[in-house]
Amino acid sequence: MADSHPPYLAHHFEDLEQQKQSATLGIWLFLITEVMFFGGLFLGYIVYRGMYPEAWHLGSGKLDIVLGTVNTVVLIVSSLTMALAVRSAQINRPKACANYLLATIVLGTAFLGIKAVEYSAKFFPGEDAAYVLIPGANFFLDSPFSNGVQLFFSFYFTMTGMHAIHMIIGIGILAWLYVKARQGTYHEHYYNPVEVTGLYWHFVDIVWIFLFPLLYLIGRH
Amino acid sequence: MDHPIVPVKTYLAVFFSLMVLTFLTVYVAFLDFGHGLLNDLVAMSIATAKALLVLVIFMHLKYSARILWLIAGSSIVWMVVMIGLTLADYRSREWIESQMHRAVPWVAHPVEAPPAE
Amino acid sequence: MTSVTDTSASPPEKNYLNEKITVSSWLLSLDHKRIGLLYLISLLVFFLIGGAAALVFRLELLTPEANLLRSETYNKFFTTHGIVMIFFFLIPSIPAVLGNFLLPIMLGAKDFAFPKINLASWYVFMAGGLLGIIATIAGGVETGWTFYTPYSTMYANSNVILAVSGAFIAGFSSIMTALNFIVTIHKMRAPGLTWFRLPLFVWAMYATALVILLGTPVVAITLVMIFVERAFGFGIFDPALGGDPVLFQHLFWFYSHPAVYIMILPAMGVVSEVISCFSKRRLYGYKVIAFSSLAIAVIGFFVWGHHMFVSSQSTFASLTFSFLTFFVAVPTALKMLNWIMTLYKGSVSLASPMLYAFGFLGLFVIGGLTGLFLSTLGTDIHFHDTYFVVAHFHYVMVGGGVMGFLAGLHFWWPKMTGRKYPEAIAVFTAIVIFVGFNLTFFPQFQLGVHGMPRRYHVYPEEFQLLHIFSTSGAMVLGFGYTIMAIYLLWSLKFGQKAGSNPWDARGLEWETSSPPPTHNFHQTPVVRQPVYPYEAPSVTAPPANDSPEASHG
Repeated sequence: MADSHPPYLAHHFEDLEQQKQSATLGIWLFLITEVMFFGGLFLGYIVYRGMYPEAWHLGSGKLDIVLGTVNTVVLIVSSLTMALAVRSAQINRPKACANYLLATIVLGTAFLGIKAVEYSAKFFPGEDAAYVLIPGANFFLDSPFSNGVQLFFSFYFTMTGMHAIHMIIGIGILAWLYVKARQGTYHEHYYNPVEVTGLYWHFVDIVWIFLFPLLYLIGRH
Repeated sequence: MDHPIVPVKTYLAVFFSLMVLTFLTVYVAFLDFGHGLLNDLVAMSIATAKALLVLVIFMHLKYSARILWLIAGSSIVWMVVMIGLTLADYRSREWIESQMHRAVPWVAHPVEAPPAE
Repeated sequence: MTSVTDTSASPPEKNYLNEKITVSSWLLSLDHKRIGLLYLISLLVFFLIGGAAALVFRLELLTPEANLLRSETYNKFFTTHGIVMIFFFLIPSIPAVLGNFLLPIMLGAKDFAFPKINLASWYVFMAGGLLGIIATIAGGVETGWTFYTPYSTMYANSNVILAVSGAFIAGFSSIMTALNFIVTIHKMRAPGLTWFRLPLFVWAMYATALVILLGTPVVAITLVMIFVERAFGFGIFDPALGGDPVLFQHLFWFYSHPAVYIMILPAMGVVSEVISCFSKRRLYGYKVIAFSSLAIAVIGFFVWGHHMFVSSQSTFASLTFSFLTFFVAVPTALKMLNWIMTLYKGSVSLASPMLYAFGFLGLFVIGGLTGLFLSTLGTDIHFHDTYFVVAHFHYVMVGGGVMGFLAGLHFWWPKMTGRKYPEAIAVFTAIVIFVGFNLTFFPQFQLGVHGMPRRYHVYPEEFQLLHIFSTSGAMVLGFGYTIMAIYLLWSLKFGQKAGSNPWDARGLEWETSSPPPTHNFHQTPVVRQPVYPYEAPSVTAPPANDSPEASHG
């Protein structure tokens, strides 16, 4: 393979296999850092939940479980389309790859849209709402646990916010891949960018898989 | 090899399992297992199962070199170390003080906490 | 393109320095060697800023009263010193400069696996550094480099957000560098270069990169938490809501203690190379040194709570952390033992890099052993937040980290620039720096033992003599660094041509020319020997008949 040096093989690599393996190893190492990044938030969540369990249950009950479930489904579908996008590139179907990428972008955007609906319900609770759930000076909840609930919502917004930022970055990369894929850049010999982005996208999905029960489902029984 | 072509059927099977598990976790969240901890345990087990499905099939870990298993595993181990040692502090704060002046009578009694506001 | 002006008669060989010399060829270079030099220049600027801040507050400490700075300004100066020196000098120092330059060469590769990410890391680093500088110019930060809550989130009246963002962004640059290191070491080794033929510098870089990857994201999310608390009023660590500032300390030290190993492990790698070269021996206990680097990287993550003995951390946790802390001393001591065993019956020569390596050995032992005082619960209660701590970590970070950096800089300077610096002056400077360092920091142990707390600009009169010692030591240090800057700059133009292997050292980096060609080797090297083959003659031609222009002055 090394004798011909195709344009998609960077000059400092000996062959395509080395390039592929480097890319995969690199993204997995990056995902370690992501685990630790979210790990810090999970740690904070666990410590405070241990201190204020009632407040945590109260806060969780104020989240919209229907929208949360719908979003989980949307994200899982997007993971499927992402996996199929990689597969299409592998079996040399650039057009299908582009379409699956587009589907992933649409689903990711839908997730963010639903998230925005949820956020705005917290930001603008309406004139006669009995509570304001944005942490900070305006936070208001008529409950003996209101301070703890405010902590819960600090974590809710930081965790889902960080997750949303990862989604936005992911959608940005996917959009770029989509443009490239339309030009037929990715095929059976060269699909590293699609594969690597796929791994990132699946990871963001995994984060949500844990955020969903931890934020939406506690204290429902 | 590192870069397998996984059949669509496998992807779909994983996808449907993920869906089922999602609805299952919502359903069981409304059941009362008698102890709050049990609810958490079930929810976390389902989440872990889902995460493993994504990791192993969607992320191709099943077909990957051992080094990637090691990397994925080490990140979990490190997170557990971080959380575990921190909880070693929080979970023992009251416990150790109460034990200390029971076992060692000459240790001064802890200062009374100021009344809550 | 303009041609290179060179005083030598023979036309210059093509190398990474003279292949292209436009500004954009530097700023957009994907060559790891050029990126290493970009880092070197920027880090030296940060070192200058951090050092200048230190000189200012050392001057203030000459007298017991406040003459030069008000308390708030004093706080800003030591915070600038801390943030700049830790986040923008020490953490990137050896990996980003020497590691960037040498790692691919030592591996026999053309470049890192991801050259674009490597270049991006420099830009990201500069962006973070710029935010840090802006925070300082716009009025400074007075929280100390640790950003402890709730002061940083609720009370500090300064540019905390800017400084925190700067540190956050600089963290990304570390992560990019670390990622490149690990992938490159795994995937880009030359044929025949097995894991146990890797130089120990590479092992040290590998261990460092692991620490960076596992630790840095945690401090990143911690800084994000400070950011959202300060900027949006979220109450994450706010005691009024039941939040716990000690949680911040846990998260912060989970990274910031291993960060000490990010500074020390690379220095240990450099010292291994230097000691091996100037004893002309294969390192004693190669595998022990290699694995102890990994052991330090791993155990370093289990000990962070020893920074929190006098916080509200439970006694049980403190006991655990204290106990675990003693374990870090074991791999470190093993390394020491093996270095000393290498020196034993070696043909030791006292060149300037070796003097810095010796400086490292002595100073780091003092720094490490005083660490045991601080990891012992009973004594720490006395020493906590005194000058004893300040002296301890300067012995570790400056005596260890900076000495290692200088050893490496002097060792590989001829390789990086193709020129030799004047050795006699370099030896003199090494001694000046060693003396200046001890004069600065040894008195601080005394100050700490007698109870002088850190971070105060006024103090009782009985401490004045020791403070005068310390400040004059800082002046000597400053003098030493100035001479070094002068002779290194001088050597760029007037230094003797170095030849491929001026130290008669072993390793792939000495088998290519100095400075190396753009792709490091004219053809991919094949490694057939075990590591550090000092008993065999050098593969490269010996320096005496290396090249006709070797005699050029």
